[in-house]
Amino acid sequence: MKKLWIPLTYVVFLVLLIAPLIKIFTGAWANGWGGFIEAVARPQSLHALWMTFLITIIVTVINTLFGVMLALYLVRADWLGRRMKQLLNSVVDLPFAVSPVIGGLMIVLLLGPNTVLGAFFEDAGFKVVYAMPGMIIATLFVTFPLMVREVMPVLQEIGAQQEEAASTLGAYSWYTFWHVTWPSIRWGVIYGIVLTVARCMGEFGAVLVVSGNIINKTQTATTLVYQDVENFNVIAANSLALILAAVSVGLLLLMEWAKKRKEVH
Amino acid sequence: MNVMLRSRWWSFGFRSAIVLYFIVLIVLPILGVYAQSFSLGWPPFRAAVTDPLAWKSVLLTIRLALIATVINVLVGTMVGWVLIRYRFFGRRILNSLVDLPFALPTAVGGLMILLLLGPGSAVGEAAERLGFQIVFHEPAIVIAMLFVTFPFVIRAVQPLLEEMDKSEEEAAYTLGASKAKTFVQVIFPTILPGIVSGAMLAFARALAEFGAVVLVAGNIPGKTLIASVYIFGEVESDNPQGAAAVSIVLLTLSFLILWSVNVIQSRRGRA
Repeated sequence: MKKLWIPLTYVVFLVLLIAPLIKIFTGAWANGWGGFIEAVARPQSLHALWMTFLITIIVTVINTLFGVMLALYLVRADWLGRRMKQLLNSVVDLPFAVSPVIGGLMIVLLLGPNTVLGAFFEDAGFKVVYAMPGMIIATLFVTFPLMVREVMPVLQEIGAQQEEAASTLGAYSWYTFWHVTWPSIRWGVIYGIVLTVARCMGEFGAVLVVSGNIINKTQTATTLVYQDVENFNVIAANSLALILAAVSVGLLLLMEWAKKRKEVH
Repeated sequence: MNVMLRSRWWSFGFRSAIVLYFIVLIVLPILGVYAQSFSLGWPPFRAAVTDPLAWKSVLLTIRLALIATVINVLVGTMVGWVLIRYRFFGRRILNSLVDLPFALPTAVGGLMILLLLGPGSAVGEAAERLGFQIVFHEPAIVIAMLFVTFPFVIRAVQPLLEEMDKSEEEAAYTLGASKAKTFVQVIFPTILPGIVSGAMLAFARALAEFGAVVLVAGNIPGKTLIASVYIFGEVESDNPQGAAAVSIVLLTLSFLILWSVNVIQSRRGRA
């Protein structure tokens, strides 16, 4: 049986994962090195990559801070009732169940130019939808559960004893956090960050709806890939996809590394 | 005293900020969609949902997501099993590769499928000569869903297989049970909760998928237009109320699935 299952597994991986990955790498070189450079050096490509980079940084920072804090509260806080904690806990997962397109639609419905809030912000000279803030909110929504879900089990596992001991001995809460809690959740947080970066970089549906995909303005790398494919500019799409795929593979390696470190603790 | 009071106010403000952020970012938008879809009352909602193109797209999505999930259960259980039970060359690399669909942008996944199976590619032309088409037809949508949901079943089954007590299996062999019988009666019941929750997550994800599908589906209304692409189209054509109506059908379905997964997992935790 073993002789059958292992080759079969190899076939599944080759067909489903490895062949597509190789295709991206070869496809980008269809016109040689020059074609690749030309596609990436287009102003809209550079701008799109810059937008993706910016959103990824901002969202990862915000999501990490709030995610870790919320995980701490959901596990440790005694000012939240048990029922309340359970309720909040199940709400955390909701973005996983929401299609990215619907996530984008939600933000357009709440903050779009025709809504009360949207009109208010627009009067104040602050555009939300079809601009950067909306794209950041959309990405925050989509990536929200990743950090909380990575940190919560670690906190549950280590228990509150050490922290309680530290605060009984008179340590301030910040001090307790940095010297007692942080060392044990560190690798969980790093794993969460890698997942968040991957998701930010790859987010497509929500950003497409919220951004309006305006070239050189609100276009991100993934929405530019989409537009290039729609315009039958396959080599350009491929070149950008190659950059994204290369970063993804790098992130995958980081994930493996963080996972291993996480298990050591 | 003064210091204590100040720190209490501080932490009160901090707590409120975190919980408020949570509610404004997650809860409010979801309520907003439900409110919007009924904002014009019941008849427009019903009209939006019973529009033939709308319900056809929802049904198509459910059907194709089911197909993708079934394939995923079979392939995922096998891969999970092989990666845990056998030691062979390349096992660790394959095990890391499982997560690739999580790390890769879905639009890139869609483009890969388009390039590999599309018109002009070797596979696409071979299929066409045999008389069936992949890209811009249903098979491509299923493949896209399959690619995106590939890790779920594997990652749900693996920990159960790892935890499993090998002695039960050995006892079955010693008592003369065949390999097939041991699998069906001993191993399968142990990993079933993992298969079920993995399958449900995969199904929910397949229902929601947009990026990979929109590039390969061709998006012909009533034929290869899935629900999330339909919603996108409604938003683009400035019909947010119609988009919201179809959205809440999809959302409610996903929430039910997520809730059942939570129930299954908490039962397992208690057992």
